[in-house]
Amino acid sequence: MIILQEGHPDFAGEIQETSGVDFNLCLHCKTCANGCPFVEAMDYAPNKIIRLIQLGMADEALKSSTIWVCVGCNTCSSGCPMAIDIPMLMDGLRHKALETGVEIAEPDILNFHQEVLNTVRKYGRTHKLEIMMRYKFKKMDLLSDMGVGLKMLKKRKLDLIASRIQDKKAIDKIFKNK
Amino acid sequence: MIKSSRTNKTGPEPGRLKFSFFPGCSLKTSGHENTLSLFKFCESVNIDLIELNDWNCCGSSSAHSIDKKVAKYLPMRNLSLAPKGIPLLIACPSCLLRLKSTFLKIKEDPAMRQDYEDFFKTPFDENLEIIHFFEIFNRIDLKDHMKDPGEKLKHLKVAPYYGCMLSMPPDLRFEKSHAGIIEKSLRQLGADIVSYGYANRCCGTYLSVAKPDIARKVVNEIIFKAMEAGAECLVTACSMCHLNLEIRCTLDSPIPILHFSELLSLALGARDQKKWFPRHIVDPVPLLKKRGLLA
Repeated sequence: MIILQEGHPDFAGEIQETSGVDFNLCLHCKTCANGCPFVEAMDYAPNKIIRLIQLGMADEALKSSTIWVCVGCNTCSSGCPMAIDIPMLMDGLRHKALETGVEIAEPDILNFHQEVLNTVRKYGRTHKLEIMMRYKFKKMDLLSDMGVGLKMLKKRKLDLIASRIQDKKAIDKIFKNK
Repeated sequence: MIKSSRTNKTGPEPGRLKFSFFPGCSLKTSGHENTLSLFKFCESVNIDLIELNDWNCCGSSSAHSIDKKVAKYLPMRNLSLAPKGIPLLIACPSCLLRLKSTFLKIKEDPAMRQDYEDFFKTPFDENLEIIHFFEIFNRIDLKDHMKDPGEKLKHLKVAPYYGCMLSMPPDLRFEKSHAGIIEKSLRQLGADIVSYGYANRCCGTYLSVAKPDIARKVVNEIIFKAMEAGAECLVTACSMCHLNLEIRCTLDSPIPILHFSELLSLALGARDQKKWFPRHIVDPVPLLKKRGLLA
């Protein structure tokens, strides 16, 4: 049950405008929730996130784990009878959460995204080994999952040296002014 | 709504085919066996691939998740590097989605086009054709490149695995669907195709790093369902899915996971597998020997 608290009256309009997704079409048929491979790791099923926005419950939506756990696999939007682009909506909510500075429910996932972009900024391409090392370091957890890391190194699935682009200035320009 | 860029090309073009090739980070830096076998396959069917000069990361899942601006310009820069008049071929489903949806948005939106042209100081090439690796099978006929095609992969029980990005995400809803290409081409080569319900199930992508328990669960589910349906191996269309399926599987004696390009190259007589298969966690060699595909 969702208990309606003091809401944010403009929240729905704001999210609709920034994400470009018309979630008012939602019938709450729960096709998205039933099909989502990751729903068990979410605090609100995807349709419930839509309901939170409709009810103006900005805080709950932006502080949810759902918006970070969603990887954008589009299982939901492929099945949605109203063709709502739910992953696009999640993108909009993530941006809003970062912008408003609310507490992030899944700091590890945000940490991972930041490390991916760090290597792209440095090399123009991702560098998996560095992403994993820095991610683990920031998390202060170097030991868990070590077996998989070693297995990947042994099977040469992680390049030791980053693949780099030549025109570094072009990448600097993209990452500039933020 | 994004309009389709689909053209009415019919049938294969005569002679050699030439594509500009966008590898993306996964193929270039971890799925080396995917890249090697893909180049080998193209060589065997008279296709020239020319790597896009100085390409950069498409932004992957992370850019659009947390940084709108970077997510917009990273794919754009790759478009600005694409040579004119040659189709741009992409084998990674996720890179394809990023580059092609950006291309379609620029084509549709004059403001975005202006933004692109101002930022990269180059006119937008609205005739650029961006295709997925699967499109090759609409332009060549495997039968023209081998004798007795139906004998090549005979009795090999294969579960095709497409992953999620190829199943018509909203931005590419009006683009050509390539569903069924793995089945069609491998069946032509004599393989037995196994039906199961998880061919488009997401592999967990980056949750493999940040939420390994969740990734493990979905990966095990996909592989288990394929095994239950009688598959001896799983064939992937995405280098990143391949990585996740291999590193996160904790089932007892799981089946090998092969890249589509590896199986195709083998059927075409490639003998470079010594460079590919040692990179696999589950060794596919015993199975391929059993089915007479390797001596």
